[in-house]
Amino acid sequence: MRQYFGRKLLVYALTFVVAVTVNWMIPRFMPGDPVSGMLARAGVSQPAAVEAMRLYYTSLFGFDQPLWKQYVNFWSALLRGDFGISIWLFPTPVSTVILRAVPYTLGLMIPAVLLSWVIGNRLGAYAARRKLLDNTILPAGYILTAMPYMWLAVILAWGLGVVAGWFPVAGGYSFSLQPSWSADFVLDLLHHWVLPFLSLFLVALGGWAIGMRNMIIYELESDYSTYLAALGAPSRLIRRYAFRNAVLPQITGLALQLGVLVAGALVTEIVFSYPGLGSLILKAIQNQDFFLLQGTFMFIVIGVLVANFVIDLVYVVVDPRTRAGMAGGRP
Amino acid sequence: MRKRARILIPLLAAAMAAAACSSGGPTPAPQGSQGANPPAANPGNPGSLPRNETLYTTGTQWGPPANFNPIREWDYATGTKGLVYETLFHYDPNTAKLTPWLAESGAWTSDTVYDAKLRAGVKWADGKPLTAKDVAFSYSLGKMETVPFHNIWDWLKSVEAVDDQTVRFTFSKANYQEWDFNLYSRVIVPEHVWTGRSEEDVLNGVNENPVGTGAYRYQSHDQDRVVWVKRDDWWGKAALGVEPKPRYIVDVATPSNEVAMGMLLQKGLDLSNNFLPGVANLIKGNFGITSFYNEPPYMLSANTAWLVPNTRKKPMDDPAFRKALATSVDTKKIVEGVYGNLVKASSPTGLLPQWDQFVDQGVVGGSGFSFDTAKAKKALADAGYRDRDGDGLVENKDGSKIDLTLMVPTGWTDWMEAARAISTSAKAAGINVTPDFPDFNALVEKRGKGDFDLLINNERQLSNTPWTYYDYIFQLPIQKTQNTVNFGRYENKKAWSLVQQLDQVKTDDIEGMKKVISQLQQIHLDEMPIIPLWYNGLWAQSSVSVWKNWPSSAQGAPKSAPAMWRNWMELGGFETLTQLQPAAS
Repeated sequence: MRQYFGRKLLVYALTFVVAVTVNWMIPRFMPGDPVSGMLARAGVSQPAAVEAMRLYYTSLFGFDQPLWKQYVNFWSALLRGDFGISIWLFPTPVSTVILRAVPYTLGLMIPAVLLSWVIGNRLGAYAARRKLLDNTILPAGYILTAMPYMWLAVILAWGLGVVAGWFPVAGGYSFSLQPSWSADFVLDLLHHWVLPFLSLFLVALGGWAIGMRNMIIYELESDYSTYLAALGAPSRLIRRYAFRNAVLPQITGLALQLGVLVAGALVTEIVFSYPGLGSLILKAIQNQDFFLLQGTFMFIVIGVLVANFVIDLVYVVVDPRTRAGMAGGRP
Repeated sequence: MRKRARILIPLLAAAMAAAACSSGGPTPAPQGSQGANPPAANPGNPGSLPRNETLYTTGTQWGPPANFNPIREWDYATGTKGLVYETLFHYDPNTAKLTPWLAESGAWTSDTVYDAKLRAGVKWADGKPLTAKDVAFSYSLGKMETVPFHNIWDWLKSVEAVDDQTVRFTFSKANYQEWDFNLYSRVIVPEHVWTGRSEEDVLNGVNENPVGTGAYRYQSHDQDRVVWVKRDDWWGKAALGVEPKPRYIVDVATPSNEVAMGMLLQKGLDLSNNFLPGVANLIKGNFGITSFYNEPPYMLSANTAWLVPNTRKKPMDDPAFRKALATSVDTKKIVEGVYGNLVKASSPTGLLPQWDQFVDQGVVGGSGFSFDTAKAKKALADAGYRDRDGDGLVENKDGSKIDLTLMVPTGWTDWMEAARAISTSAKAAGINVTPDFPDFNALVEKRGKGDFDLLINNERQLSNTPWTYYDYIFQLPIQKTQNTVNFGRYENKKAWSLVQQLDQVKTDDIEGMKKVISQLQQIHLDEMPIIPLWYNGLWAQSSVSVWKNWPSSAQGAPKSAPAMWRNWMELGGFETLTQLQPAAS
């Protein structure tokens, strides 16, 4: 077991180094110069003042140093947990910007991904066995997955928000409130959370249900199911075995989903003006905010790695073959 | 099984912890979000803001509010200047006069000495009185090289507090026009709070808990909003007899167009200062949304969009070619097709409607231009640009192909459409113009270095004087990078000396201004260093559900600019707030 996890951790460490390096490189190879953009927004007309500001900011952000030195500085700052200062939201530290956004992103994405996974799998499994369900859930699932997400989200915001007026269309909580631990505030948070959650949940649900349904049918028609049936096993038992086998690929799919969830749902956050990480990434790219971009990407890298590690652990539990492999290396 | 339990238990624990975190929806992180924030001004009452006393605005802040530093004139949180920090004067574009604000009066006591008299009884939010020393200190901040208004110290010699109420400015060169601009643009900050701040702090400080003389003070902020609350002891109530009506002002970080419209329709937003395509339909329909005019162009004009040719490149170095290009642009198509009449076509001089009196109709009649494809073709042929290879597009005088690129930032959809329209109509006249949509920062870099053919720009706003426009068009000398003015690198020493001459005409000498401006217009129209296209609107759509009496062209309505934009609070934005009335009354 130690060998298994040791190998895994080594791979993760290597991935981390490569990802961090790429993460450092990408913004620096984008066209344009962030300090120029910042000064252009400043709209300072006096050439001398512009030059003074340019020199000042260039050295503040360390762009005047040779690339290799910037790279070394980047690592040393990173290990100290320092992501630098945002250029776009100057002078806010990047870590502050990200920490403010993360609770919203996680609060939205984790329930959406997990609930749609659990419920989608259940629905899919039922659908595989009931003609009636199959004829209703399957087409609905296809429609939901095939629908352009942006469109569905806008329809929800328009229909349930503007026309029906049941839900607010923007913000993480009412613009008239201040964060506190009162019941009012928590209810308000939930009220703002429903629409973005619903849009993510609905779109993901269909995909999981379809996948599960196809898997179950495949498993129920495989040799071991037929053999079990021939032995006279109760169909409940057969179904349970089929479910356990069918869920494995779904878990892998979930791992991928969990990894990117840290990135937030960019479109959701824009359509519902929800304050999360996704829209930060977009803004960081648009404003050439190297440091914010690096910070958010770092978050995603760590998120993907942690999610994968958790799934590795889950596999050990749910798939006996992994445990067997760990114990003796025999198949 | 034992092995399995050993793995399962921590997993279950982790899952439960995750569930605990996520079950309540997005858990607010008050520690995380407030640790770095200035504490709320009245933490005792965090309750909900009453809707009928709160004004919700948007369209100025394009991201989380990051600082409250009025020296950072380009990215301070909306309202920092205007609601909290004030200026000596305001400027009223309708009467073209400075309105005394913190200063009770101001006058030139000699050709190079300006005395400003402060109002008595103005108090900072911390209770200390405003004195002439604060004013002298605030203008002296400009001595720091990185402060954006550093350039006034090129011609300002000294500023001193004569007594508690009088500030004396002594100039080495009296740039009267520019000085008036500075009088309503430069904020006054409290010396007792700001003294001792390093240059770095002045330029880059967050300035938490801003202490100003203004009618509002900071209450709280989050990543998508900033909340201001009215000061009951504001000096203006007694001295000016006016009072902004909303008790709270919440400025919302600009959301996407769909969301902004949704919020307006849900009555969650009172004033939206962003460009909403198609908003004309909402204004004409019965949705409770108004703008300044209820017919085209719906909005006041805020700035001119120019087509800037790079005069260092062939064939744009030829005035005849530039004039032909100007004649070839079908501005009407942009105004109607791209903007749906939300903007107005520009006068050939590019001067905003508010400056109409300075347009010399004689000059425009003789040398002006208007859209005419046939004329453009003829002008090109006369100047020696002929189509030699029969592809319908003209070539350079030496026979080489003309292939110009017109740059606008990607994502600026209205400008992208306008660029396409310009390209089409230029091609119809025989000029090969291709639109190009680089990223904004890349565009800025190329623009600064002069590495472009054509671009669209509108970075000069309405001001107290057309001098700001001519400074933008003709400023010399050309630097290695041109950051804010004369992107086309046009060199005309005579024009530049006229611009400087205009700067030194007293602002009440309208005839003197007209004389210089008329000469500048002649040069502009003859040489066409920059081609005016249309007047961009002062985008403002407001909901009448909670607040009424918005500025409008209707009789009896206020005429001030309904804008929260940075540097517009002094041009009528603040006055708009004082004119609002609760809709219920």
